[in-house]
Amino acid sequence: MIEPISFSLNGEPVSAALRADTTVLEYLRLHAALRGTKEGCAEGDCGACSVLVRKPGEERFQPANACIMLLAQVHGGALVTVEGLAAQDHVVQKVLAENGSSQCGFCTPGIVAALAGLLDANKDPSESDIHDGLAGNLCRCTGYRPIVEAAHKAAKSAPPALPHAAVENGGKVTGHDQSQALHPSTLEELFEMRAAHPHHVLLGGGTDSALDVAHARSRWPVIINTAGVEELRGFKERAGDLIIGGAASWADILPHLARHWPSFAKLVRRFGSVQIRAMGTVAGNIATASPIGDGAPSLIALGAEIHLAGPEGERSLPLEEFFLDYRQTVLDEDEIIRAIRVPLPRPGEDFRVYKVSKRYDQDISTVCGAFAFRHEDNRLSHVRIAYGGMAATPLRCVEVETVLEGQALTQTTLSAARSAVKSTFTPLSDMRGSADYRARVASNLLDRLAAELAGETVEVMAL
Amino acid sequence: MNIHKPIKPASQKIERNVVGKGYAHDSARRHVRGEAIYIDDMPDLPGTLHIAPILSTIAHGTITAIESEKARQANGVKAVLFADDIPGKNEAAPILANEPIFADGEVLHLGQIIGCVVADSMAQAIQAAALVEVSYQERPAVYDVEAAFEANQHTHPTQHSTSGDATSALANSPRRFTGTVVMGGQDHFYLETMVAYAQPGEDDEMLVWSSTQHPTEVQVHVALALGVRNHEVEAKVRRMGGAFGGKESQATIIACIAAIAAKKTGKPCRFRLRRHDDMAATGKRHGFTMRYDVGLDDAGRFQGLAIEALANSGHVADLSGPVVTRALTHFDNCYHLPHTNFTGFSAKTNTVSNTAFRGFGGPQGMLATEAIIDRVARELGMDPNALRAVNYYSPETGEVTPYGQPVEDNRIRDVVDRVMANAQWDKRRAEIDRFNAENRVLKKGLAMMPVKFGISFNLTTLNQAGSLVHVYQDGSVHLNHGGTEMGQGLYTKVAQVVADVFGIPLADVKITASTTDKVPNTSATAASSGSDLNGMAAYNAASTIRQRMLTVATEHFQCQTDEITLQDGQVIFEDRAMTFGTLAKQCWVKRVSLSASGFYATPKIHWDAATMKGRPFFYYTYGAAVSEVVIDTLTGENRCLRTDIVQDCGKPLNPTLDLGQIEGAFVQGMGWLTCEELWWDEKGRLRTVGPSTYKIPGSRDVPPVFNVEILDDQPNREETVFRSKAIGEPPLMLAISVWLALRDAVSSLSGGRYPAQLHAPATPEAVLFAVDAMKERLEREAHGLGNAQ
Repeated sequence: MIEPISFSLNGEPVSAALRADTTVLEYLRLHAALRGTKEGCAEGDCGACSVLVRKPGEERFQPANACIMLLAQVHGGALVTVEGLAAQDHVVQKVLAENGSSQCGFCTPGIVAALAGLLDANKDPSESDIHDGLAGNLCRCTGYRPIVEAAHKAAKSAPPALPHAAVENGGKVTGHDQSQALHPSTLEELFEMRAAHPHHVLLGGGTDSALDVAHARSRWPVIINTAGVEELRGFKERAGDLIIGGAASWADILPHLARHWPSFAKLVRRFGSVQIRAMGTVAGNIATASPIGDGAPSLIALGAEIHLAGPEGERSLPLEEFFLDYRQTVLDEDEIIRAIRVPLPRPGEDFRVYKVSKRYDQDISTVCGAFAFRHEDNRLSHVRIAYGGMAATPLRCVEVETVLEGQALTQTTLSAARSAVKSTFTPLSDMRGSADYRARVASNLLDRLAAELAGETVEVMAL
Repeated sequence: MNIHKPIKPASQKIERNVVGKGYAHDSARRHVRGEAIYIDDMPDLPGTLHIAPILSTIAHGTITAIESEKARQANGVKAVLFADDIPGKNEAAPILANEPIFADGEVLHLGQIIGCVVADSMAQAIQAAALVEVSYQERPAVYDVEAAFEANQHTHPTQHSTSGDATSALANSPRRFTGTVVMGGQDHFYLETMVAYAQPGEDDEMLVWSSTQHPTEVQVHVALALGVRNHEVEAKVRRMGGAFGGKESQATIIACIAAIAAKKTGKPCRFRLRRHDDMAATGKRHGFTMRYDVGLDDAGRFQGLAIEALANSGHVADLSGPVVTRALTHFDNCYHLPHTNFTGFSAKTNTVSNTAFRGFGGPQGMLATEAIIDRVARELGMDPNALRAVNYYSPETGEVTPYGQPVEDNRIRDVVDRVMANAQWDKRRAEIDRFNAENRVLKKGLAMMPVKFGISFNLTTLNQAGSLVHVYQDGSVHLNHGGTEMGQGLYTKVAQVVADVFGIPLADVKITASTTDKVPNTSATAASSGSDLNGMAAYNAASTIRQRMLTVATEHFQCQTDEITLQDGQVIFEDRAMTFGTLAKQCWVKRVSLSASGFYATPKIHWDAATMKGRPFFYYTYGAAVSEVVIDTLTGENRCLRTDIVQDCGKPLNPTLDLGQIEGAFVQGMGWLTCEELWWDEKGRLRTVGPSTYKIPGSRDVPPVFNVEILDDQPNREETVFRSKAIGEPPLMLAISVWLALRDAVSSLSGGRYPAQLHAPATPEAVLFAVDAMKERLEREAHGLGNAQ
């Protein structure tokens, strides 16, 4: 039996017997007559559609992009929109209105949601926290100064608790007969549902796959939602490893990355935006196998293993062997990514990842270079290097590793390493950068690494 | 006594009371609460249909066949429309002609609108549009302005502006340089994409809600497209979610399509372009290639300057003619150029037709001159600011611009001296040089940019505005004018003006949607002129009513007009007073009209387009900025660390709104010159069609130290509304300081001796290539291989 999709909306329980692939933005604007939330891009990049979401089974609210979030994903959870915040006379709204923080006002509801989410999670945000919190919201009018200033001012008052109502979270099949969402809670159920509905969508965070729905290019009759599968949830540290569940979001793991690999954490703070990281999963970023995905280069360099599970059993392989070609992987049709295992750093191990893009925040890498190594007596060892944006898949560079292994970073070594980079890659030209630029940057990142290890300031954002 | 006789506003003494205060934007509370209603937020009328466009998939060719049967049979589809279905004329040209709404027979760019699908829902319309199959006979496409120039392919006649004798001046100059400056275009990236909602009325009537800067143009073109008289069509807009020039002429096309669909189906029709289609199908800022020949004396004074400006007009003219005019009339920026020869070529290419964008050619003109200055100063071994200083228009000599307008209100020195002091230039220049000596990978740059910008539409006719003001019996006021609200705060500023004319609080003035049936024959809200024109028109309307009301008040108090004060909603004579509402009621009782229209035409201006001479601008506005940047010489990544701005605002109507315009325009200009890059593939497909690929500045890109000083010490010397100055566009050009600082950072590798080979936008890639070119030059020099350019 197909049950309606149930969730809390601005503190009231609602049930919607609608297509499970209805975007939350379509739902709000067309079905719920809540037109405060806007569509600016329908690709999760401008933030005008930002709302606050409390995912099923979670306690916290996070900003998310309503344009690429499906109703299926909020079943059992809660949403708060700009109208819900207005009902509370939220301090963020008051301060933004008084501070000259809106001009055309079209981005403003999304900015309200982003800042309300920031203050809900962080009572005393720094300037940098505010920029992180706004990285997913574009404003074309104000130049942001009055918005950032309002965030500081609003943080001086305690924000109200965000409203939510208790809702039933029982239904395993929800939506509409033309588009239903299946919500397995165990791996076994997941495999049964997939066997019953082969070739249908397996939905993680949806931050990539839901773009097709947002652009009305495709409609999904059946969605298998991985978010509630017990075995895939969250992450854990065990026996010197960080084990990232197949449904863990980037927001889930970010605090842990910061503890073990500050450079990786810095990269992940530039991965999409708060909105994207709230929904987007680590496994989804790997499974989509984009050559410019920012997860893979770091994870490959860190020696991650990927654990795949299917009805026939499980298997593990080094992450670099997962990718076959452009958007192609070894994943069998009935398999899923169960977890990603990353060995925690041991004493003496260092890790640096450098992302180069047109804009610092919320951009896709032109080139991403990840370097894991031990640095003792001025010599590198246990070197593992991977690049994104340089080939059809994220690629480990064994040849460069070999050149650097056991060496000090002298000009001679660097020169050999640069040659090895050049011979490894034949990058493409596209809107993010020419092949020539990519090739120069990829080898220059070795110089950046050397300069950074020598104590020089190497990134413009460090100033 | 005829109290309906028009009065001269100058005869009244009206105090600045509400004017000059930093009121928040009138819709601020609605914005933050999600209660501001944009066109797509308006509830659907029963039977409303939705439109999706059918776009060309090739850059140039003839349409040989269109197969639309599958689309017509698709779920929910009510109509599929093409050029032949237009009841009236297929014409969207704002100035010239033959710029179709729907491509007819031939397509001229990839993404051109060929037709549309009308369906019950937007999703159905989009899905059906994908089923339409268009066959083409492809023809060779031209994307490059230089190729179009060589082929003499243009959309608008070539413009020539000359002064003095450039040929002799160049020939006789002791120092002469030639070169090229290339600058990219810019997408407006208004957050609200193009949208219109057409609602058919009785017989031929059509109401069109349109997100437009130019309701009158929407009215005129919808009437043309439907084959009806102008009075059948009402075009209306309460607010836009950003526009920046993008909705000056091209919103008309969207409105026309909505109206055609409404006419054909008899139902209300909504047309919202989604982001990717908006960026593919609508125009942007013109990219330019500027080829220059400049001569200077040994002291760095300009002798002769010749520039060929090749603008990428795109597939049709649209507004390219006047955009090029403004580029040509802003090459001089703040500098006296005695002998000039400027040519403006509107190159016809197979890319989408470019259009108005904040600055309207002015930024491109100035960028060329500043690039020339940065180069020749280094070639002459001069500090670029020293070269600027010897060329500034002199406040004393009454020097004229190349187009013959004397620079009478010169504040160049004021703004430059102030910004240099605010920025602590000398101290920081030394610190930056030290930083550059100590750092191998990161290099800093510092630069100053002065701006003089001409205020008024170049075309004299457009400098007119109307308004309509009503006072009701309770003293509340209804305000309407021809200007449109796109976020700039125009409605607030004009309401402030009206509040002071009546001596009432701002809250007593009700702001209403711009609409062609209240104020007709309006100009676009553009050219920074919104408050100058509409503020004055509203001032005039309100003053007419005020005069009538004062007459009634003199009868009541038995006194003279000039003995009465209107203040804080009170009408005061000596120790007696009544409320403004009481007086309004008395006027009604005495059968005195409480409604008036107002009109304004900018005085003094004239322009001869044939000779490109005259006084096109009522006045100039001045500003200056100093920016400090840092670049990464390994990746080209870059960042602006600090900006100081001084902007002349005359006597501001609202300093808070002016500050918003200054900061916002600066950041937008910074985007144009740094991270915003339009990138087409070899088929002519724009591949940067959404925010995931087209990067406008984010909050972290704003300089962490950002000081803005509004210079309000001198009222406008011209008689503008409350002696204020325009603010919408001028600050955008202050962002050229960032680009110049990036060039300075690259030059620092040579100790500032050599100019950077850096065009615009200065993406990380462009900066890295400029750095590498500089390193190669220095290497050649170190190996004694000379300095061949």
